[in-house]
Amino acid sequence: MSQDTLVLGAVAYDAKVVPIWDGFLAYFARHGLAFDYVLYSNYERQVEAQLRGDFHVGWSSPLAWLEAERAAPRRGRTARAIAMRDTDQDLTSLIVARADGPVATIRDLRGRRLGVGATDSPQATLIPLEHVAAEGLQPGVDVEVVHHDVLVGKHGDHVGGERDAVRALLAGKVDAACLLDGNHLVFAREGVVPPGALRVIARTGAYDHCNMTVLDDAPAGSIARFTELLLAMSYDDPSVRSLLDLEGLKAWRPGRTTGYELLSRAIDRTGYLEPWLARVAA
Amino acid sequence: MTAAAVELGDLGLDEGAHLLVKRALAGVDVGGVVRVRGRAPTLAIDLDAWCRAQGHAVAPVDTTGATYVADVRRGGAVVGRWRGAERAGAVDPRALGAIVDHPPARWGLAARGATVEAGAAGLDFPLCDRRVVWADEAARLYAQAAAAQWDPATAIPWDAPAPHPPEVEDAIVQVMTYLIENETAALIVPARFLAQLHPHFREVMQLLAIQCADEARHIEVFTRRGALRRDALGLSTQGGQASLATLVREPDFALAAFLLSVLGEGTFLSLLWFLRDHAPDATTREVARLAAQDEARHVAFGLAHLARHAAEEPTLRARLASAVERRHAALAGTAGLNEEVFDALVLLAAGGWDAAALRRGHAAVVALSQDMDAGRQQRLRRLGFTTGEAEALSSLHTRNFM
Repeated sequence: MSQDTLVLGAVAYDAKVVPIWDGFLAYFARHGLAFDYVLYSNYERQVEAQLRGDFHVGWSSPLAWLEAERAAPRRGRTARAIAMRDTDQDLTSLIVARADGPVATIRDLRGRRLGVGATDSPQATLIPLEHVAAEGLQPGVDVEVVHHDVLVGKHGDHVGGERDAVRALLAGKVDAACLLDGNHLVFAREGVVPPGALRVIARTGAYDHCNMTVLDDAPAGSIARFTELLLAMSYDDPSVRSLLDLEGLKAWRPGRTTGYELLSRAIDRTGYLEPWLARVAA
Repeated sequence: MTAAAVELGDLGLDEGAHLLVKRALAGVDVGGVVRVRGRAPTLAIDLDAWCRAQGHAVAPVDTTGATYVADVRRGGAVVGRWRGAERAGAVDPRALGAIVDHPPARWGLAARGATVEAGAAGLDFPLCDRRVVWADEAARLYAQAAAAQWDPATAIPWDAPAPHPPEVEDAIVQVMTYLIENETAALIVPARFLAQLHPHFREVMQLLAIQCADEARHIEVFTRRGALRRDALGLSTQGGQASLATLVREPDFALAAFLLSVLGEGTFLSLLWFLRDHAPDATTREVARLAAQDEARHVAFGLAHLARHAAEEPTLRARLASAVERRHAALAGTAGLNEEVFDALVLLAAGGWDAAALRRGHAAVVALSQDMDAGRQQRLRRLGFTTGEAEALSSLHTRNFM
């Protein structure tokens, strides 16, 4: 690997991650940008490696972004988001109950069981629990939280935890479940949820999902070129369309960091990140 | 300003309402707006998520009442997907430009006549030259084959009486053993080319497939006839297998078709007709008659595409001739038709052991051999060989018949 090669770090949450980044590598090569990637099995290892300077751009989950953003200053650095997918912007999470059951509002969850996704899933656990707390119920105290831990460390990128939570709801093992808004349609299409079987009892505020994260000492020239090439990827171009389809976007957008407020509040309330931050800063 | 509107009623996007939204969006230009109204309880949520995934923008208009109203602005992604797409020939092979000379790998498995998205990785089918594989007759022959499929369980009189002596039954078993071996080669050869053929040549692909199915059925009925009164089948010889191996190993489609369909199966037609006319029992006669019916189609296709190919490529005939010579040279060290098969044919045609019957049987087999030669020469002439060339090439054909 040449010194000039721009290296990206990503989490292998699914086997398709390899063809995705191989495809990006070929795209960047066609446009004269020396590019390579490294994969990690979990986001914490990825963020720690980025802080060590092992690669230049991190493809960060929302929680990984906050990890980088909070850990960087402890090492005298700053993090910024340079790009994100159109589909990363303005997501919401839902809390759903059975349409034929007694739970119609968040308050009805008092003394009942709430099914969530993986412990570290922003969309299926952290943000919805923050919403429940803001409504006056303390998760774990006023309402029992039932985790569906599929592949912890991957921050819920693997949808399995949400699907299990919804299945548990339909099976009567929990009284409500949390999921990403788009998965409401996905689970209907998969046949996991029969039409009309669920009632949406709450919808969180809007938040953003993944972003391309860089630290302030990343090579400015190649980061600028990388960003420019990402934003130039067009769904009209058959040579990149399959990559965009695999990665689940129609267009890249400039990065923004205004959409992480809800998640930020969630981890502040629970102190979720503190043990990790303490370890990384040590 | 809203240019178009769609009313979803109480149909949810989780129940198929997205089709109505899609249809309405197709009616406006990229950037145009469709006003969506509906009463499904999760419409606001599902419309947001669906539009985000599809690359459309949503602006809520009325979120207060039981009816949710939003404006959806059409994004350009769906149009983008079909930019640069191309039509892969035409469905009807008779249409102008329906069959192209060299269908590209990027069309892959797409149906001929479909619109293929640009950017596919493609599938490499080595047999992709129209001149080599195509015959206008393929569609007609395929239709004929599909209509002429027969059920071995009901088409053959398996219980027909067989009053012939046990040795004649043994002769039938030996002939069946030989037929099975030959039909196995006749199945493997088209099957191998089938997997290499560009699906653009749909009718040829279908014809090769049904040819394989024909051979599978022949193998079944020959096996069943062979085992009808015996626990074991007959003999398989080195020479017979060596002859068939040269067919199975031939890598060139045109040469393999020539050696197998025109010369081999053509010769086999005479043999099957011989069995139809001379076998002592109705079961064997019917097995042979039905198999011959199928083989005639295989020969017709081989002749059709080779005649067309030879007309477009004048050097083809010389290549075909040298393939026969090469095969002859390769088989020079083998014994030709094995004694067991020759003797079995004589006894089968004789039907018994008396001298008059054996004389009759022997004469019939000699006549068969002349009939095979005449048939080969006639087919060679149809491919444009002169009488002299046809005679010479026919004489070089394997003595193992196939």
